[in-house]
Amino acid sequence: MNKYYWLIPILPLMGAAFNGLLGKRAGKGAVTFVGLGVVFGSLLLAASAFLAMKATGDHRLVLNYGEWMATGSLSVPFGLVIDPLSGTMMLVITGIGFLIHLYSVGYMHEDEGYARFFSYLNLFVFFMLTLVLGSSLVLMFVGWEGVGLCSYLLIGYFFETDFAPDAGLKAFLTNRVGDLGVSIGMMVLFAAFGTLTVSDILTQAGHLAPEVGFGVLTFATLMLFVGATGKSAQLPLYLWLPDAMAGPTPVSALIHAATMVTSGIYMICRLAPVFSLAPITMDVVAWVGGATALFAATIGLVQRDIKKVLAYSTVSQLGYMFLGLGASGFAAGFFHVFTHAWFKALLFLGAGSVIHAMHHEQDLFKMGGLRNKTKITFITMFVGTLAIMGFPGTSGFFSKDEILYLAYLKSPALWVIGVIGACCTSFYMWRLMALTFWGEPRDHHAYDHAHESPFTMTVPLMVLATGSLLWGVWGIPEAFGGHFAIGEFLKPALTYGQVHGAHGHHEGPAVLLACISTGLGLLMGFLGWSTYKKGPAAEIAFAARHPFVHDLLLNKYYVDEGVERFLLGPIRWFGNVLWKLFDVIIIDGVGVNLPGALARVFGDFTALFQTGRVRNYALSMALGAAVLLYVFLK
Amino acid sequence: MTWLNSHPLTFLVFAPTLLGFLIMALPHSLGRLSRLLGFMGALAVFVLSLAWLLGHGGTGATIFIERAPWFTLVGLPVDYHLAVDGLNLWLVLLTTFLVPLTMLGTWNSLKDRIGTFAALFLLLETGMLGALMAQDLFFFYLFWEAMLIPMYFMIGVWGGDERRYAANKFFLYTLSGSLLWLVALLYLANKAGGFNPVLMGQAASALPFSVQCWLFISFAVAFAIKVPLFPLHTWLPDAHVQAPTAGSVILAGVLLKLGGYGFLRFAIPIFPAAAMHYAKPLALLSVIAIVYGALVAMVQRDIKKLVAYSSVSHMGFVMLGLASFTVIGTQGAMLQMLNHGISTGALFLLVGMVYDRAHTRMIADFGGVAVKMPVFTAFFLIVTLSSIGLPLTNGFVGEFWILNGAFLSGFGWGRLYASLATSGVLLGAVYMLWMFKRVFWGPENKDEDSGTHHLHSDLNAREVAVMLPLVVLILWMGIHPRTFVAVSEAPVANLLREANAPPVRTFVLKPAVHQAPAAHEAGPEAHAAKPAAHEVHQ
Repeated sequence: MNKYYWLIPILPLMGAAFNGLLGKRAGKGAVTFVGLGVVFGSLLLAASAFLAMKATGDHRLVLNYGEWMATGSLSVPFGLVIDPLSGTMMLVITGIGFLIHLYSVGYMHEDEGYARFFSYLNLFVFFMLTLVLGSSLVLMFVGWEGVGLCSYLLIGYFFETDFAPDAGLKAFLTNRVGDLGVSIGMMVLFAAFGTLTVSDILTQAGHLAPEVGFGVLTFATLMLFVGATGKSAQLPLYLWLPDAMAGPTPVSALIHAATMVTSGIYMICRLAPVFSLAPITMDVVAWVGGATALFAATIGLVQRDIKKVLAYSTVSQLGYMFLGLGASGFAAGFFHVFTHAWFKALLFLGAGSVIHAMHHEQDLFKMGGLRNKTKITFITMFVGTLAIMGFPGTSGFFSKDEILYLAYLKSPALWVIGVIGACCTSFYMWRLMALTFWGEPRDHHAYDHAHESPFTMTVPLMVLATGSLLWGVWGIPEAFGGHFAIGEFLKPALTYGQVHGAHGHHEGPAVLLACISTGLGLLMGFLGWSTYKKGPAAEIAFAARHPFVHDLLLNKYYVDEGVERFLLGPIRWFGNVLWKLFDVIIIDGVGVNLPGALARVFGDFTALFQTGRVRNYALSMALGAAVLLYVFLK
Repeated sequence: MTWLNSHPLTFLVFAPTLLGFLIMALPHSLGRLSRLLGFMGALAVFVLSLAWLLGHGGTGATIFIERAPWFTLVGLPVDYHLAVDGLNLWLVLLTTFLVPLTMLGTWNSLKDRIGTFAALFLLLETGMLGALMAQDLFFFYLFWEAMLIPMYFMIGVWGGDERRYAANKFFLYTLSGSLLWLVALLYLANKAGGFNPVLMGQAASALPFSVQCWLFISFAVAFAIKVPLFPLHTWLPDAHVQAPTAGSVILAGVLLKLGGYGFLRFAIPIFPAAAMHYAKPLALLSVIAIVYGALVAMVQRDIKKLVAYSSVSHMGFVMLGLASFTVIGTQGAMLQMLNHGISTGALFLLVGMVYDRAHTRMIADFGGVAVKMPVFTAFFLIVTLSSIGLPLTNGFVGEFWILNGAFLSGFGWGRLYASLATSGVLLGAVYMLWMFKRVFWGPENKDEDSGTHHLHSDLNAREVAVMLPLVVLILWMGIHPRTFVAVSEAPVANLLREANAPPVRTFVLKPAVHQAPAAHEAGPEAHAAKPAAHEVHQ
């Protein structure tokens, strides 16, 4: 089978090409068949490759397909690496990706751009697979920018509207700010290691001592982390993700929850040994992650758009993942990527199903009482909510608990931040559930027409709900009688090339901490549910009493306005100054046209002497002769 | 045919001129026939150049050479010396490719004197090919100046409302740079006893360093105007905006490249020490050009002017790559020159296509074009992505090499400048995608006077046929760049070795303490311990 594995990323690319070039003429049936078929084919091949990888001694499958851009000392092969880390991601991308493709058949069936949509979605799968499988940082960067492109195209999918193009542009450009960091990080790593092939970098890194203070690797990893904050929506580059909800809901589920936004975490895991050499970077990662987890969760408390709540929730959950990484829990962070992919995709698709049922109504305050009308959606979302709040036994419980435990070992302050964030999470999720499914319908017209979604949409919900419930078994920590199997599984990838073993865990009161955080979370969840189960009246009253707090949260701390006013505005102003003042007046006016004008004035002046009158010429000749005579005879 | 076998370059260079004169002899009433003749001729030149130049297999060494003593200028021998080698092969092919493509792409753009325009176009092709192939500096100078004349008329006669100002500015700007250069050229030729660059290089190395510097500066200014390098760029926006589409495409696609090529072919090899001495100011100006061009492009209201300023930014990358004096950076500059020719050429063609329909190029006049012209939008998007350097398009590879080359550069400024220049990649996305959003996305602009309102038809078969090869090239160059730069690798490495370029600068990493240093030297990771030896100019 080895010789077919190149098709894992290429099949979706072929699907994208077909749907993009011929899809409109071929008809919806063909688009569906090709669009889903290529991802399913890719999934089967990925499964086969995963098993083949597990069968190898060192859990590593390296496939090379020639040279891409060699010159001088640089060599970048078209190479794929399948190891536990990339293998798991590959299965998540193709597996959850396939479910979301299936869901989209129902969700997008009335849309005119059906073929275009599936073309972009297939293209996304191609780039995402390139990102995780690429054997070098450059190839990873291909995927990195490529998924950014697809994200841009899909956010701006409804391009005839006013807001979608803006959101798409914002997403791309914010990501590009991060990519700047990745570019610089790659340059530094290339200058330090002489290669950009990941395995070669890690092999060399295995022989290095951790940096004391701010060294080359600290700088390089910080730059890469800047890229991660862009792609994975962390402070301060998180701004684009909430706006990205302008895209169709399946896109929000696949790209802006389950896969693309976890790229930053994936990259850090990929380079875990290098990041481990830079303690300062690790501190920054942990604190930025923790701060984002809390910050975004507070904004999520008051958002009225169902997708916006989930978007801020995603930002917050990504923060937890970084918190885990920064606490040296690479496996824990990645475990949360894995479980989050299931329950957040589920929640988004559930929200999509609700929006679909409510005829494109996204305002929570206008929903209510839907649990009788949309049973499957309700039950599956209920499961998803349990998972995200960390209800004992669900997947989210184990992954979040492991992160909080490691955060506590790094610094109790981080644990406190994490627990407060988790309380907010429980609260806003139960607020969302209560406003959507409980209480009286607040928009009777929409409610009366509400209906459960077709099976192409509910089947993915059910599959994802099952996963959200059960996948936690892969990472039951020792404190709860497990042995954190995923950590063992990922070890060959996370410690690749390292000579000395990783340092052992410190002991801490794991069970006690878990009890505290889970107990508080359950309490806040109940509070959220009981406050909102009758409707949003309590919040409206709160907003009236504390308008400042409410507005501050509702307007996302006015960060967008600040960026526009203090960053983008001045840059545009500066561009105009450069153009109108510097280019047109100084360089072109003073430097170019002024000499030209002077030459003309001088010419006009000398032309005055060319009067054409003989007596003028005679006079000047006489004067000249007199001067000459004086000079020579003096 | 025997003559042709031994003089393929002469044929390629002068056949367009012969055809051009023939067309000029035809009466005005046969304009349509003239246009067809011109196109067929240019196409034939392209096919022949492909067959001859690629047919010989690129090895990097000289592929074709034609050399004979020609005449004596005030006692100095001038050679008739044309050659195609690794440094100019793909630039020559770019030229022969773009000329017929541009003719086809602007088939109906002009209404009057189309025969004369086609003839001038062919004369321009001779000028460009001659300048690219000429190995004797006086010969080169002749072609260099000869290029100006057809372009002057193309802008001045068929241009926009302010065509005369733009044409004069273009002509005088370039000429004033060239005249200083001519003085330096004659001075050095006197010392060297001729215009052969090898002899000139030897003569120059014997001169006092300060004199070398002055001579280099006069060369550099002439070439920098052509590039154009900040702050010598202000002729470009005017020329581009006023020029007819075909003029803009060729101006951006080929003429600007001659500036960068001039550095690589003449200025650096003849004055290596002076070039190295001025590497820092050159790199600084390049970085300024990258950022400045992008910032000014961002606030433009006219799409064509935006593309013109983007050229300043993109050509800044070329100059940064050259100033890095590394193989990676220089190869990046070589590729970036081709990239810019393809991508910016394509952008000007696309802008021309929309201008032909809407008769406006102001961004504010559009909005919602994607609804009306989906095929056009798709092409524009792909070219835009190439322009902003998205991986798997040509733009990425060029910029990546240049930035890494600059970062590794043996000069102290390399790391800082490379890091600053990356902001150009960000700003590139800002101005291109912002413009794309305003023109193509959003609700359809229903205003009666708007540009969008006047768009009645999507691209026709001819226009698609023009864009397709460009898109294929954009992807080809992005996925397999070796096709286009393998041939220049050896000459570039050779050039840098002979110029005594400083060795690359790398970082020294601290190995773990518990390891014996001896084991380090022997192991496969010995690299970390021996940082200086990454890039050997093989």
